[in-house]
Amino acid sequence: MTDIYLDNNATTKVDPAVVDVMIPYFLEQYGNPSSIHKFADGVARGLKQARQQVQALIGAEHDSEIIFTSCGTESNSTAILSAIKAQPNKKEIITTTVEHPAILSLCEHLEKEGYTIHRLPVDKAGRLKLDAYQRLLSDQVAIVSVMWANNETGTIFPVAEMAEMANAAGVMFHTDAVQAVGKIPMMLQDTKIDMLSLSGHKLHAPKGIGVLYLRRGTRYRPLLRGGHQERGRRAGTENSASIVGLGKACELAQNFIEYENIQVKAMRDRLEQGITEQIGHCFVTGDMYNRLPNTTDIAFEYIEGESILMLLNKAGIAASSGSACTSGSLEPSHVMRAMDIPYTAAHGTIRFSFSRYNTMAEVEKVIEVMPGIVATLRKLSPYWSGDGPVANPEQAFAPTYA
Amino acid sequence: MWDYSDKVKEHFFNPKNAGAVVDANATGEVGSISCGDALRLTLKVDDDSEIILEAGFQTFGCGSAIASSSVLTEIIKGMTLDEALKVTNQDIADQLEGLPPEKMHCSVMGREALQAAIANYRGEEWKDDHEEGALICKCFAIDAVMIEEMVWANKLRTVEDVTNFTKAGGGCAACHEDIEAILEKVLAEKGEKFDPGAAPVKKPAETIAAVKGPLTNLQRIKKIEEVLESLRPALMADGGDVELVEVIGNTAYVNMTGACNGCQMAAMTIAGIQQRLMEVMGEFIKVVPASEMAKLVNIEVA
Repeated sequence: MTDIYLDNNATTKVDPAVVDVMIPYFLEQYGNPSSIHKFADGVARGLKQARQQVQALIGAEHDSEIIFTSCGTESNSTAILSAIKAQPNKKEIITTTVEHPAILSLCEHLEKEGYTIHRLPVDKAGRLKLDAYQRLLSDQVAIVSVMWANNETGTIFPVAEMAEMANAAGVMFHTDAVQAVGKIPMMLQDTKIDMLSLSGHKLHAPKGIGVLYLRRGTRYRPLLRGGHQERGRRAGTENSASIVGLGKACELAQNFIEYENIQVKAMRDRLEQGITEQIGHCFVTGDMYNRLPNTTDIAFEYIEGESILMLLNKAGIAASSGSACTSGSLEPSHVMRAMDIPYTAAHGTIRFSFSRYNTMAEVEKVIEVMPGIVATLRKLSPYWSGDGPVANPEQAFAPTYA
Repeated sequence: MWDYSDKVKEHFFNPKNAGAVVDANATGEVGSISCGDALRLTLKVDDDSEIILEAGFQTFGCGSAIASSSVLTEIIKGMTLDEALKVTNQDIADQLEGLPPEKMHCSVMGREALQAAIANYRGEEWKDDHEEGALICKCFAIDAVMIEEMVWANKLRTVEDVTNFTKAGGGCAACHEDIEAILEKVLAEKGEKFDPGAAPVKKPAETIAAVKGPLTNLQRIKKIEEVLESLRPALMADGGDVELVEVIGNTAYVNMTGACNGCQMAAMTIAGIQQRLMEVMGEFIKVVPASEMAKLVNIEVA
């Protein structure tokens, strides 16, 4: 069997149909969309179609609400910096403890510049408390930025409801939806969401293309100023091939959204069941009943994630981990810490994320190899003895220092 | 994924001496589950000769932590305790054909577990003497705690000071923003304010007078020797050394010896030496490994 790719929340394979529509924009229609000659005359049409394909997938009211950017991170930065520049008197931002670094690092930086950042905590299942959120909304808040779905656990936040609450308080609402777009249906025109970020490479389009959805009428200040591209809201020559590719990818995602929520979800559920039934001392993290259909994050106690990934990789299986060691930091993933997952488990979390390219046969292969991998590493672990953890693992190990 | 050497992979996939030694008479434990790595080393030591007869490890940690533990047990088996105490973390990393800078702490943990186990055997108390922080400088593997301590101890005020005293920030310079943040924090704690334009703190090496005007080749060689001499203690602290082989025009050919030889940091160290030479001599100097000299077809012409 060829290698098994279960790391689709990190990035995805570009759909061959997407590559096909892109190629003419490299070789034939490579003109600058702003030019007036035959090398460019099809490009504007291609961009317009792509804008409509994105619009359709996210249910935006107008295609002019779609601004093409270079990636999800750029969309996130543009949204937050726009909100604070347009409202210089408002010095507070509300976000959550489990956002992607694209939001958290920016907020940390703004904190140094004098902004007050409210980071909403989550409970053990990764859920937010909306009453705490309600109390923070005030005319001092420039923007609320809450992810639609968490990249590690797949947990879905009630962004439509939170946007209503923000709107009622007169506060702008942004959502980082890079994990959610294409996996769950959305209809932005029926919500009060003002801005939304999405990223091409999470839904089988290439890397280096993203979108900022900007609701018509939302006060806005561009991040990049220059030419008139994107109606002056994001200067820089359009990445026409990738934009057209993203449009195609959005069309495909819309066609596959039912498949995603039935077949892909079935594979995820089978993997989860197969692993948790066979292996002791492991559990699924996040909100089991309100998750993306393609994601499962399983914590294996008393062993470390990077070691698990290396053995999985040797078996031809690609996944990822919230372990500290995979990132080179000393702390395990901030998402696991925010959910108060004990250290005995937080270092051993493995995320399996599916796409429509996976098969049930692949799932069975993973279920077959996983118990051996976990047993191998537990045999080496000072916290494990024989068939179970040592009694009181936190105490049993008495290092000279910690 | 990390760029692990084949040796690291070999020890990770087929660890040697895994598990606790039966009838062990020495145990050393370092790390904790909260840090993400923990290592227990058990030894069987011959009481008469103090030779380590058997060594076993139990490790909770990443690939390089397990590989470091495995290779450590291989290194020390058959050594006397005194010999084993001389094993450095660099020895462990070298046996593994190098570790990524972010992972060097795995080899440090191995050495510490060994020291703890020997202290345990001898009935002594072993104190860990270092605390570890977030990795700031990836070129020279310097962490935040180390930088903070040096800022406190030497009243450092600028990024340049930090580079002079710790090497941090002397390579690719990408961490300068993080170093400034540390300076801001520590200086605020001392009731001072960070000023990027502050005059640099003098380091002993600074006493070498900077020279003005063009140099004769003889002056240049003497000056280069002087600067290398001043850098030598820092290199030797890491178990390495440098020797000047030849100077041709503005190019200095050096040999990196000891631990520097073959070290993955050697290129960065050479860049640091070059930087220092240029500062002191006030002219462009290129520092090149002596091995490159062989590539010159004709030294005279060059």
